[in-house]
Amino acid sequence: MSLSGDPLVRLTGLEISVRDAQGQDKIIVRDISLEVQPGEVLALIGESGSGKTTIALSMLGYTRGACRISDGTVEVAGHRLDSLPEARLQGLRGRVVSYVAQSAAAAFNPMLPIMRQVIEPALVHGLMTREAAEDKARGLFRALALPRPDTVGDRYPHQVSGGQLQRLMAAMALITDPALVIFDEPTTALDVTTQIEVLKAFKAVVRDLGTTAVYVSHDLAVVAQIADRICVLRDGMVQEQGRVEEILFHPRQDYTRALVAAAAARVPAAPMPDLPRDAGDPPLIQMRDVVAGYGGVDAQGNPQVRILDGVSFAIERGKVLGVIGESGSGKSTLARVVAGLHAPASGRVNLDGYTLEGEIRHRDKEQLRRVQLVFQNADTALNPAVSVGEAIGRPLTFFHALRGADRKAEVARLLDLVRLPAALAGRLPGELSGGQKQRVNLARALAARPDLLLCDEVTSALDPVVAEAVLDLLIDLRRELGLAYMFITHDIGIVRAIADEVMVLYGGVPVELASHEALEGPLHHPYTRLLMASVPELRPGWLEAANSAFSCGSTPGAGHAAGCRFFQRCAVSHPGLCDVLDPAVHVGAGQTIACHRGFDGLQATPGIAQGAIPA
Amino acid sequence: MIAKRVGGALLTLFLLSLVVFAMSLLMGGDAAEAMLGQNATPEALAGLRAAMHLDQPSWQRYLGWLGGLLRGDLGVSLITKLPVSTLLAPRLLASLQLAGLTAAVSVPLALFLGILAAVRRGSLLDRVISMATIGVVSVPEFVIATLMVLIFAVRLHWLPALSSSRDFSSLHDVVRVFTMPVICLACVVMAQMIRMTRAAVCDALDSSYVEAARLKGVPPRRLVLGHALPNAIGPIVNAVALSLSVLLGGVIVIEVIFNYPGVARLMVDAVSTRDLPLIQTVAMIFSAAYLMLVTSADIVAILCNPRLRHR
Repeated sequence: MSLSGDPLVRLTGLEISVRDAQGQDKIIVRDISLEVQPGEVLALIGESGSGKTTIALSMLGYTRGACRISDGTVEVAGHRLDSLPEARLQGLRGRVVSYVAQSAAAAFNPMLPIMRQVIEPALVHGLMTREAAEDKARGLFRALALPRPDTVGDRYPHQVSGGQLQRLMAAMALITDPALVIFDEPTTALDVTTQIEVLKAFKAVVRDLGTTAVYVSHDLAVVAQIADRICVLRDGMVQEQGRVEEILFHPRQDYTRALVAAAAARVPAAPMPDLPRDAGDPPLIQMRDVVAGYGGVDAQGNPQVRILDGVSFAIERGKVLGVIGESGSGKSTLARVVAGLHAPASGRVNLDGYTLEGEIRHRDKEQLRRVQLVFQNADTALNPAVSVGEAIGRPLTFFHALRGADRKAEVARLLDLVRLPAALAGRLPGELSGGQKQRVNLARALAARPDLLLCDEVTSALDPVVAEAVLDLLIDLRRELGLAYMFITHDIGIVRAIADEVMVLYGGVPVELASHEALEGPLHHPYTRLLMASVPELRPGWLEAANSAFSCGSTPGAGHAAGCRFFQRCAVSHPGLCDVLDPAVHVGAGQTIACHRGFDGLQATPGIAQGAIPA
Repeated sequence: MIAKRVGGALLTLFLLSLVVFAMSLLMGGDAAEAMLGQNATPEALAGLRAAMHLDQPSWQRYLGWLGGLLRGDLGVSLITKLPVSTLLAPRLLASLQLAGLTAAVSVPLALFLGILAAVRRGSLLDRVISMATIGVVSVPEFVIATLMVLIFAVRLHWLPALSSSRDFSSLHDVVRVFTMPVICLACVVMAQMIRMTRAAVCDALDSSYVEAARLKGVPPRRLVLGHALPNAIGPIVNAVALSLSVLLGGVIVIEVIFNYPGVARLMVDAVSTRDLPLIQTVAMIFSAAYLMLVTSADIVAILCNPRLRHR
């Protein structure tokens, strides 16, 4: 493949331009020079727009849309990919260089069975017979620790979970024994508990096969587990390259330092002092035994599919409840029930002791004003044809009848509140960056002067450094305005930074409710422990040390009628008890846990007490 | 899921039968008046109405008609006294020949042109196909038909202006009868199919899975036929079904212009003589054919999609 000592990949002075609608060329990636030695894993790290995916794709001789390689060379395994004609490139792609996409769920053809797609590279390049390729694929499925490796290939993509698809895509990339594999953010779309398993599988395969890889990511902690070297990118240029330890522990550039700081665990915010209130006052918002879902309602009034199943909590004025759980745990539905976008089948939601109507059209204007929802994705939540000033101004007119100069002044004040210049009022959302859009989104919710903000994954779609800043803003706003938040996230680090109390949801059931202090304590529901142990830490070797004491298997159980929802994944379950009876709720100091083991049982369980996590 | 679609179609058909019957009531006048004309005496009218069961309440007549339909008894034409089925059979066959031939020509051609335009998106060829389809669809079919008659029959004498001949003893005769009606109808139905096919294939070609397949080294032909096309099948069969259902409406004009002895002309004649059993039956045939097309498109789309098939 390559001569000894020669790098497998060599980019020299790579420049990639995009042609805009006016026919002007704009350089988006400039002067990239880097090398990857055989058997090495190089990470390309940077924010969105840093050009990391564009550079990675150039190693397949591929550019998206109106992009093209305008200068420099791309050399992979002795082939000059920048100058080869498309027909020659086609012969190299999938054979010499292969690609694992960010979202395997989108990259698998939904109409074709999985096996046919996995072996396709081997067949189109004429490398093996169908039988040999299928055998090899099953071997790779096993090596990637996929469940049911012999039959998973007969399934269609929609019948397999996201974490499994991601591993199946890796099998597809490895089927031809390529010289180089490009991993493009392969675990970004996964839950942390799934990510850890996929990362382990990738790492084992890359090590065993001696694969050379380029690993694209925005997550420094993930990269620290899998890469040998890191290349930090910003605005299409290389900021810094070096071995993992150098970048993590001795970053030279300011930007790298900011990245490392953003990836490090946050110092928990000082808890807010309690606002003065009378002992008899009801909480600001209180939810009691809410069941919500979809499908027809049965004789007991329960929906066919229960997304939330008996959820109760209360948020006092000025307090923050963090809600945490993986995708499908019902956390977004929780916010939608409070906001009145999803009527619960049973149970009630009280605002200041008064029961709110389930549906938003039955709530009065004052109730609407007091509870505001901030959506996850500012890109889709803001109307692209409506200016920033208008987007923020509309709730001002609707709730507070502000018009003309008064409204304009209030818009400027709100923009200032979210640390944006007032001049932005005339812009359209499309002209703003992701972080600016999320701030506008926030200002729009604040325009109503709410008492409670429902924040649904408001920092998840942002780059780490930007997400940090938005989180800091939310903490400041809370102090300035005395707001209460329901803060929904999958990131336990964020919850630690902002929440006074944390609710952990699993399968629509709260498995743990803990105060800020109790969350730092040693005893938790096994699922909470699993979540905590799955967050990648910013040090090489964490992945190997992270044991699976908290879980056996990543597949959430299919809706079983009774018992603990976490039963099938729980490493410390009591078969015959946990899968039969609903767990009792145990109340401790500032903490309640729904687990059959109770506090005493958990204390006595090896591997569950915090000290047992290998450091 | 498929059973649900078929059930839905049958229910729609039943509702349509109500509508068709109600419409024929609303047409005003009745066949008895039409038959007796000016010199009708009230006694003669009453006698004729009783003989034709026109004096029964409308719901009884509806039930009688519906029961007959279900038994395959289409009733008797009020004017010619012949069973409707006898009148209809040759006409239906002729119409099906015309529609079938048109479909056989237009569907493959439309799919080919649509896919070609999608693959060569933005090229000169794509623009020519797009312009041509828009151009043809903007011209009403009777204009196309009249122009064709003027050019090929009147000026060049290549083809007969009328297609009423049912003599298909040689291929030459078949070509002479069908060429112009088929081309006219094909012009009408192809535009929509081409545009929908192009849009569906373009969508699929832009998807992540096609990009992923391209990065696996899949050659272009396989990329389009093996990866993009299966995902475009759903929208394409629906467009095909909708376009072919246009044939039902389109044939009326075309059959009249070319004097083609099909069902549509029979219906036009029946309306002018207020021959209710005939009108109702033909209307039901059109409705049933339309529903059958749309439902079978749904079923094909379901069968082709593993997400719907494996539920």
